Amino acid sequence: MLTRMTTDVDLATAVNLQSPSATPRASLDCPAWNVLPADVRAVLSRLRDTQGFDFLMDVTAVDWSAEKSPRFTVVWHLYSSTRHTYVRLAADCASNTEPAMPSATGLWPGANWHEREIFDMFGIKFDDHPDLRRILMWDAYPYFPLRKGFPLAGLPAELSDPDITAETGTGLISAPMAGGPFVATPGGPMSEAEPRAKDEAWNEQRAKPV
Amino acid sequence: MATDFSFPDTAAKTAAMPNEFESGKMSLSMGPSHPSTHGVLRIQFELDGEMVTKADPVVGYLHRGDEKIAENMTYNQFVPYTDRLDYIAPLANNMAYAIAVERLANLQVPPRCQAIRVITAEMARISSHLMGLGAYGIDVGAWTVFMYCFQEREKLYKLFEELTGARFTTSYTRIGGLQRDVPAGWTQQVDAFCDQFLPILDEILGLLSRNKIFLDRTTDIGVISRADAIAYGLTGPNLRGSGMAMDLRKDRPYSGYEQYEFDVPVGAQGDCYDRYLCRGEEMKQSVRILQQAVKNFPGGDWYAKDARKIFAPPKDKILTSMEELINNFMIVTEGPQMPAGEVYFEAENPKGVLGFYIVSKGGGVPWRLKIRSPSFCNLSILPKLCVGHLVSDVVSILGSLDFVMGECDR
Repeated sequence: MLTRMTTDVDLATAVNLQSPSATPRASLDCPAWNVLPADVRAVLSRLRDTQGFDFLMDVTAVDWSAEKSPRFTVVWHLYSSTRHTYVRLAADCASNTEPAMPSATGLWPGANWHEREIFDMFGIKFDDHPDLRRILMWDAYPYFPLRKGFPLAGLPAELSDPDITAETGTGLISAPMAGGPFVATPGGPMSEAEPRAKDEAWNEQRAKPV
Repeated sequence: MATDFSFPDTAAKTAAMPNEFESGKMSLSMGPSHPSTHGVLRIQFELDGEMVTKADPVVGYLHRGDEKIAENMTYNQFVPYTDRLDYIAPLANNMAYAIAVERLANLQVPPRCQAIRVITAEMARISSHLMGLGAYGIDVGAWTVFMYCFQEREKLYKLFEELTGARFTTSYTRIGGLQRDVPAGWTQQVDAFCDQFLPILDEILGLLSRNKIFLDRTTDIGVISRADAIAYGLTGPNLRGSGMAMDLRKDRPYSGYEQYEFDVPVGAQGDCYDRYLCRGEEMKQSVRILQQAVKNFPGGDWYAKDARKIFAPPKDKILTSMEELINNFMIVTEGPQMPAGEVYFEAENPKGVLGFYIVSKGGGVPWRLKIRSPSFCNLSILPKLCVGHLVSDVVSILGSLDFVMGECDR
């Protein structure tokens, strides 16, 4: 049954105690708050220790596109195995060019890989992270693929192993089909939004990047 | 015939490497194409003799950018990509994704649709656990189990094929419904499968549960404490094996799971053997759910009828009525129309909790779709879990975690 859940009073108190500037965040399901990056750790640990939110289910980020400021938002989803409810916290990164966020690895070791993935995909640095390396892409990969400016087709890059590059003389090339012939984009005029071949890397209008 | 092979690069590399025995430690790379890593997982070990002193899993070999792709597709177009997450149980992924988007649209599907989804998800759970069990048997040296498991799995795949037209990549759900209704007599076949499956399952489990070799390989190996399991975000049988009775089907029922009676098995020690026992028992519970679902199989619609602009109208209506034709055209070209907002939905999948976080700005394409994959989280405990074990125990641990890299790497 999907209902817009009323904000739990205790929960709101717990969040506001640690972060007086916390504001409720629009949400279609669970209670959600916007908090300041500086308060994230305090709010997370209070929710865990006093409100029974024992699971850090997910950490992720959203890129609101280069034109927007703040551009990056990091989102945490906590689950309580006793209350059987979720809570969502979100914090905007202060800087659009050098985004950073406090790490939650001290509270949940499971945050380690989630934060590495966010660093890998969005380039958001997590302060006090014990081992902030790329996780899905290889270490020397130069781009942050889930940023909105990164084309679906990918961008040319060096291969992961210099030996192979030297031997073969090739590199990583963009996907020739730009992610397939049936690609849709959010918003915009219908001619743009409908699923069709849209080679984002290069096409008649746009020269192949060198 | 003599052929002159030369490996200049390898030789040069070896010579250039620091002497790894100087410190008494050896480095070993296991995977990404090692049979016991079940896919393309690589683990970089530091070994002291045969004892693991450090383990660094290297994931991402199967990264296809599913989340990036999702941002460039209409909601229905992404359904086939969910097949390829946990490709051992695609029907369960299909259902989790469909429900997540339906929560965004605030859309209710009729009971028949819910029941079909539950049946397919539980069949997917059985097939996934059979696969995991068979592969685990091979990992620790029991070939026969694999054969027995695959025989049963094949029967399930025949049923999947009859229902969806595909054995592996089912793409069965649509936003607001399903690809099609169940064929005539299909539910009876599911019931017949259940009846013959239970005795065979006992036989399969009987090959392992009191098997001396299996017990030696699994008991007290890879012990995960309850606190650790929670801290690392483990879910599914890996969490329940550590004694935590968390099952979203019970705790936050979706798709009508509240109507079914079933138990949540938990382990006591949190070792490999407990995780094995949990999976075995879960299959029996899935059969219970299947039998109840088939027995009380609801009639009526199998898709949300009022979901105009979301679920495509029936084909005969499209061909005869202007209104429906336009509707179908808009759903195909612009995608099912969603309101703006954020939802996070998690389903109890065979491997653990599969979550979808969708950020919508309205329209037919998500702005951001994050996949919380259970295998990714379950594997993140490896650096802690492997240390202090022998390399051969690592094989046992990996098998007991029952991960799938398609889902881990996305």
